[in-house]
Amino acid sequence: MLTIKDLQAKIGEKQILNGINLEVKPGEVHAIMGPNGSGKSTLASVLAGREEYEVTGGEVDFLGKDLLEMAPEERAREGVFLAFQYPVEIPGVSTINFMKTALNQIREHRGQPALDAVSFLSLMKEKMKLVEIDQSLLSRALNEGFSGGEKKRNEIFQMAMLEPKLSILDETDSGLDIDALKVVANGVNKLRNKNNAVIVVTHYQRLLDYIVPDYVHVLYKGKIVKSGTKDLALELEAKGYDWIKDEVALA
Amino acid sequence: MSNDNQVLEEFTSREYEHGWTTDIEADSAPKGLNEGIIRFISAKKNEPQWMLDWRLDAYAKWTKMKEPTWPNVHYPPINYQDVIYYSAPKKSDKTKKLEDVDPELIKTFEKLGISLTEQKRLTGIAVDAVIDSVSVATTFKETLGELGIIFCSFSEAVHNHPELVKKYMGSVVPVSDNYFAALNSAVFTDGSFCYIPKGVRCPMELSTYFRINAANTGQFERTLIIADEGSYVSYLEGCTAPMRDENQLHAAVVEIYAMKDAEVKYSTVQNWYPGDKNGKGGIYNFVTKRGLCFGDHSKISWTQVETGSAITWKYPSCILKGDYSMGEFYSVAVTNNYQQADTGTKMIHIGKHTKSRIVSKGISAGHSQNSYRGQVHIMKRAENARNFSQCDSLLMGDKCGAHTFPYIDVENKSARIEHEATTSKIGEDQIFYCLQRGIDEESAVALIVNGYAKEVLNQLPMEFAVEAQKLLALTLEGSVG
Repeated sequence: MLTIKDLQAKIGEKQILNGINLEVKPGEVHAIMGPNGSGKSTLASVLAGREEYEVTGGEVDFLGKDLLEMAPEERAREGVFLAFQYPVEIPGVSTINFMKTALNQIREHRGQPALDAVSFLSLMKEKMKLVEIDQSLLSRALNEGFSGGEKKRNEIFQMAMLEPKLSILDETDSGLDIDALKVVANGVNKLRNKNNAVIVVTHYQRLLDYIVPDYVHVLYKGKIVKSGTKDLALELEAKGYDWIKDEVALA
Repeated sequence: MSNDNQVLEEFTSREYEHGWTTDIEADSAPKGLNEGIIRFISAKKNEPQWMLDWRLDAYAKWTKMKEPTWPNVHYPPINYQDVIYYSAPKKSDKTKKLEDVDPELIKTFEKLGISLTEQKRLTGIAVDAVIDSVSVATTFKETLGELGIIFCSFSEAVHNHPELVKKYMGSVVPVSDNYFAALNSAVFTDGSFCYIPKGVRCPMELSTYFRINAANTGQFERTLIIADEGSYVSYLEGCTAPMRDENQLHAAVVEIYAMKDAEVKYSTVQNWYPGDKNGKGGIYNFVTKRGLCFGDHSKISWTQVETGSAITWKYPSCILKGDYSMGEFYSVAVTNNYQQADTGTKMIHIGKHTKSRIVSKGISAGHSQNSYRGQVHIMKRAENARNFSQCDSLLMGDKCGAHTFPYIDVENKSARIEHEATTSKIGEDQIFYCLQRGIDEESAVALIVNGYAKEVLNQLPMEFAVEAQKLLALTLEGSVG
């Protein structure tokens, strides 16, 4: 589904990604871990098409298409979803209205007619249950005055609505207490199927207790320096990141 | 920022949608202004002597007045002798019924999206359309007449309801109120007149569309709305003009008189030609709008969406004379390219327990300057007066300006006044968030701007709200800051 080859990117004059290689197949969950400043969020942003980041080398294939050639909204319409670490507030625009606009533009891209109000509402109700979110929250201005947990839950709700092929969860666990974390993870798990894939970007392994990854990759200084199974995450939890740094220094 | 600027450049090249002219034969006065021209206008309109006298008095006052310099707008001096003060579509003197209207005119209004026939048939909104200087068609007159509602052109009112016109014209905006009001009083050519009798709730929205068509022509229309005791009316006003290289002058006066328990809602979507992307051409829009809450428990509410004009100078105001009377002002003002807007309101609290509410949303883009200027005045005997003001500014790009000039005068200690102000920018983060959900940039800006202006747009009647939303989106397409 997603093939990243030797991806390099910088912001301003600062080189952040130094040759990332990654292969994600349908049905898989990949965790990207690493110490602060290793380039985790940059990778997520580059995949989503954030313009501040300049890609300086490498290629990314998404379902047979050159992802890096696409505008951010095209990527989204093709099925790339980014759950933001810090979802922004948009005053005066309800989540419902926001989702209606997004969903209909995605449907138009796919050559489907816009959803009428009734179909939209029933779809929304179904997805609300999945992520245990209240309609009153969705009627409020997007993320305005939301708690940390509400914001993250809202991200997962949007993911449920848009049914992406590839979801990238950027530090979705940050700022969540354990109950909120479970709700969010539970939502993600319900949305998993053999046709979609998830990349979980996280600093801690805590989230991976609930969203169990098939592969764990450690990112350090803009490169994947170690890959393994979920056991690698547990090892990192126990030993911290220093031993990885030492390994890299020795190599 | 370079990328933003690029996007802004693209967006400034957007064309004005209503920039066509209609090939209608016009009957015009020669350029310039003097007593002779005023007599010419008055004679053309076959006016009674009292009306001519009123005009001449206004003209005499105007010649002694000076153009105001305090607004935060800059333009070369206007040569008032270089303006045509009267232009009428030629067939107009005979056209009183919609069927008789020049087909070219009907086409004009269809282009504007306000087919009068359609409007008449489908929407149940009564429309009075003013092109250049003359009112060309008023729909639904009979239906309204059964309720005793008078809705007609100002000229007709002068002939058919002189007692009302004499009594109320100039009662809210006196001839010598300001330079542009005096000019309008001298040369106004037409406009709309509306009287809602006691206890009548007007069953439909009343609507006026203004369009300037002829070149070098000023438009000076006058609207007078009288709401008798316990009545209600919602009034809509829309404006467009063709694209022209020269600046054109528009100086209108709107007066609203609300008696005891009466309520008037006045909504405007102003989309005069704003000039091109380099600031050439565009309408100079100098408008005096004022409502008098004369009776106890009366209410006047202004809602405006201002997207057009090269220069806007406009302060729809309320004089809250009756006890427990209430004034409201909801405004969205968008400026782009080299547009300049100095707009806001005045709330003059005279009566006891009077209340006012001001919600102003400014949006500046391009090289434009957008000023809010508002006055809240609590007079001595206005016990327990209350005001709430909220003034928000949204900036797009880094070459535009937003300014706020609030004036608060309180002469009674029991007053309660709240003022809130914010300034924000449309963030790249907000745009990116939308893009990431598959929403294109134009829709994203539209979504964010409409969200920002929601509180004001919500005040508009449904048909107008949709139009206003589209207009906002169109004016700001592609503009990111």
